[in-house]
Amino acid sequence: MSRDITIELTGLHLGNPVLLAAGILGSTGASLKRAAASGAGAVVTKSIGTVPKPGHPNPTMAETACGFLNALGLPNPSYREFADELRVAKEGGVPVIASIFGADAREFREVAEGLAGADAYELNLSCPHAEGYGAMVGTDPGLVEELTAAVKDCTRAPVWAKLTPNVTNITGIGLAAQRGGADAVVAINTVRGMAIDIESGYPVLGNKFGGLSGPSIKPIAIKAVYDLYEALDIPVIGVGGISSWQDAVEMIMAGAASVQIGTAAGRDPEIFRKVASGIISYLDSNRWELSDIRGLAHEVTYASD
Amino acid sequence: MPVIEKVIDETPYIRTFVLDRTFRANPGQYVMVWVRGVDEVPMSLSYENAITVQKVGDATSAMFGLGKGDRLGVRGPYGNGFTLTGRSILVIAGGVGAAPLASLAELAHSSGISVTTLLGARTKTELLFAERFRQAGELRIATDDGSFGHAGFVTQLLERTDLSDFDGIYTCGPEQMMARILNIVKDSMLDRIQLSLHRYIKCGFGICGACCIDPEGLRVCADGPVFTGIRLANSEFGKYRRNECGMKVHVQ
Ligand SMILES: Cc1cc2nc3c(=O)[nH]c(=O)nc-3n(C[C@H](O)[C@H](O)[C@H](O)COP(=O)(O)OP(=O)(O)OC[C@H]3O[C@@H](n4cnc5c(N)ncnc54)[C@H](O)[C@@H]3O)c2cc1C
Ligand SMILES: Cc1cc2nc3c(=O)[nH]c(=O)nc-3n(C[C@H](O)[C@H](O)[C@H](O)COP(=O)(O)O)c2cc1C
Repeated sequence: MSRDITIELTGLHLGNPVLLAAGILGSTGASLKRAAASGAGAVVTKSIGTVPKPGHPNPTMAETACGFLNALGLPNPSYREFADELRVAKEGGVPVIASIFGADAREFREVAEGLAGADAYELNLSCPHAEGYGAMVGTDPGLVEELTAAVKDCTRAPVWAKLTPNVTNITGIGLAAQRGGADAVVAINTVRGMAIDIESGYPVLGNKFGGLSGPSIKPIAIKAVYDLYEALDIPVIGVGGISSWQDAVEMIMAGAASVQIGTAAGRDPEIFRKVASGIISYLDSNRWELSDIRGLAHEVTYASD
Repeated sequence: MPVIEKVIDETPYIRTFVLDRTFRANPGQYVMVWVRGVDEVPMSLSYENAITVQKVGDATSAMFGLGKGDRLGVRGPYGNGFTLTGRSILVIAGGVGAAPLASLAELAHSSGISVTTLLGARTKTELLFAERFRQAGELRIATDDGSFGHAGFVTQLLERTDLSDFDGIYTCGPEQMMARILNIVKDSMLDRIQLSLHRYIKCGFGICGACCIDPEGLRVCADGPVFTGIRLANSEFGKYRRNECGMKVHVQ
């Protein structure tokens, strides 16, 4: 018999704990539906704001020897246009989480209300390269608490706060989100980074710097999730560098209630089913349930204990 | 970063930039070309070591300011490219859409496949790669203003062509042109026509999702840019596309 890996996450029922991360294949309803059809337990949209934004000039993405740099700059058609995409995405039959961003509480609320019908909201408090948004607000615990509370105030849907790793103390930010009423935190967004063309001195990205994603940031994400799991009472959703079921299991052992896949989903849009079935086989062969491995890294004993 | 070895004036608005690097690619695959300080844009490989560029805006104008010895950032090749099948093919090229198709015609010819090309442009001087297509097989030409060949659209040449002669149809050009073609060949040959699509491409890796088309969510940059007629027949193709913001705009 194969293991049940369905989960309840902030009141949402998910067929499996492997989710599509924000900003990857999430710009259209059709593409979100495709991720759902590929086995994602839920899908998160591209981050949406109040007005149409073209984002940063190309190059918006670059491959380095140890991962991808991106500075898309939150391109989005505004919630007014995206409401249609959200409707289409919901035909996919899995929960659709609207990732939203804004410069202040009023903007966050406006977008959340404009995207009514989302199964949950993920607050982008963490984009490392958009002037005035994302990590610009997500590094200040006071603002994080205020913004989270503002969105909680205007919706009955669960609210997740997505955190940036580009701070000295991520648990401080996580606790602020929890105080603001967040139902979960999502960690991590990309790690601030930059690449320079040595033939000319030009920064490679149009925005000059951006955020690193992919396998190289997994250890950073594991540590963030491990720390947040210890410090917080609300669930932690782990994201950063996951590209196999082994990575997902590791993230869950760090304490993640579920995982999200970004970069690797772009490389292989069919990855969700592979990771989910890998988790099932792993649990089967060890005769474990999903709950047995969640946070396992916090429970192991040492000879010196 | 590749160095430009030679710049060839193909037409008043189209230039070929020959690079000091060779790319192993299928005809129809493209590269992302970075003009430092300006932009990065997708360009088909028109030869194994060259791109052929029509001047339309900022990035392409900046490229026209470059010459022998200058560098261009080039990453790729990306995308799927065309799949050659059968013994006899029809190639339909409009404007700079001839760029990926000339190498396809040459590859087909050298593999013993018979090639017929319908080549269209606004005017005689804007016809691209006519000589390459002629070397590869039979060539019929249309110009909008009638300055050479058939006066009118390349699609009118297609209407007069017996399609039962061909195992495959390959096309690249303005979307209106390709949408008309898809209407003309309808049903009977949908699985045998391959069209190269133009959508706004950001990452080129298949990661960001900006170029996904409805209703299947196929990524033009990674699943395409070449799709069969079957994939496009009931899609957004010919109707709308999304701009840099992700807003739907009508294809005109
Ligand atoms: C797969 C593919 C292959 C292509 N191959 C060729 C080719 O071989 N030769 C050629 O001349 N042109 C080709 N193009 C079109 C070429 O990319 C655009 O003409 C070029 O991007 C224009 O840039 P610009 O800054 O000069 O113009 P802009 O003033 O920026 O824009 C003019 C037009 O180009 C489009 N465009 C701008 N940036 C992009 C982008 N990042 N992705 C897609 N479209 C964009 C705009 O939507 C607009 O319609 C190809 C496009 C695609 C998608
Ligand atoms: C191209 C790209 C676009 C992204 N866009 C967003 C976004 O709009 N909102 C957001 O919260 N995170 C965004 N992210 C961050 C991812 O959701 C994820 O947190 C990060 O990439 C780490 O996971 P990964 O290594 O699996 O990609 C983006 C990442 C990439 C690579």
